[in-house]
Amino acid sequence: MKILYFSWVRQKVGVAEEDITPPPDLRDVTALIGWLKSRGEGYEAAFENPKLIRVAVDQTHAEFDAPIAGAQEIAFFPPVTGG
Amino acid sequence: MIRVQAQDFDIGAEIAGLTKGRTDIGAVVTFTGLVRDMTGGASVASMELEHYPGMTERELERIEQEAHRRWSLQASLIVHRIGKLSPGDNIVLVITASAHREDAFEAAKFLMDYLKTRAPFWKREAGPEGDRWVEARASDDDAAKRWDKKSG
Repeated sequence: MKILYFSWVRQKVGVAEEDITPPPDLRDVTALIGWLKSRGEGYEAAFENPKLIRVAVDQTHAEFDAPIAGAQEIAFFPPVTGG
Repeated sequence: MIRVQAQDFDIGAEIAGLTKGRTDIGAVVTFTGLVRDMTGGASVASMELEHYPGMTERELERIEQEAHRRWSLQASLIVHRIGKLSPGDNIVLVITASAHREDAFEAAKFLMDYLKTRAPFWKREAGPEGDRWVEARASDDDAAKRWDKKSG
């Protein structure tokens, strides 16, 4: 599964993207965030306040209870500021 | 049509391209967003626009399709720039064309409100006090939510 990070989430995690194999028992985005946070200080800092984080599953905006099984690409980022 | 590009755009040329050879368009509305040299009391020397390649295009297409579903539009265009921009530079262009003005006005407003809260772009501003990520504004969320109540 490809994980992408943007904006300050990318800066805190320290990489723009990575391929990971999460444990199969992770059901949704919330569980994935919990697992990612255990991977190091950068992740811990990036996901410290989940309210500031938005997620897209396979390039579509999603909620934290969205299932991650079968997803090819999951992206984490702050609220968007284009326009 | 949607485009994401580093280079500037020419508003007149874009309107001409959209209306060329058409005789069914009675109204064209354009919105252009520019970089200001001041935000929230801090001066801005330059701005870097990051985006999510792939999702950006998909999301802009979804937003555009939704506008066409809600209003009677003959044509539309969204152009959004990425990369390094300076105060005074163009950032975003929305053009809507319809038979009568109401549809074009409403759809242009809707496109900008939705783009601001859904299209995956992030601004980083550089100024004398250093760099900072621009924070999303609650007023933009409120502006987008207004459209949820309307069926269009």
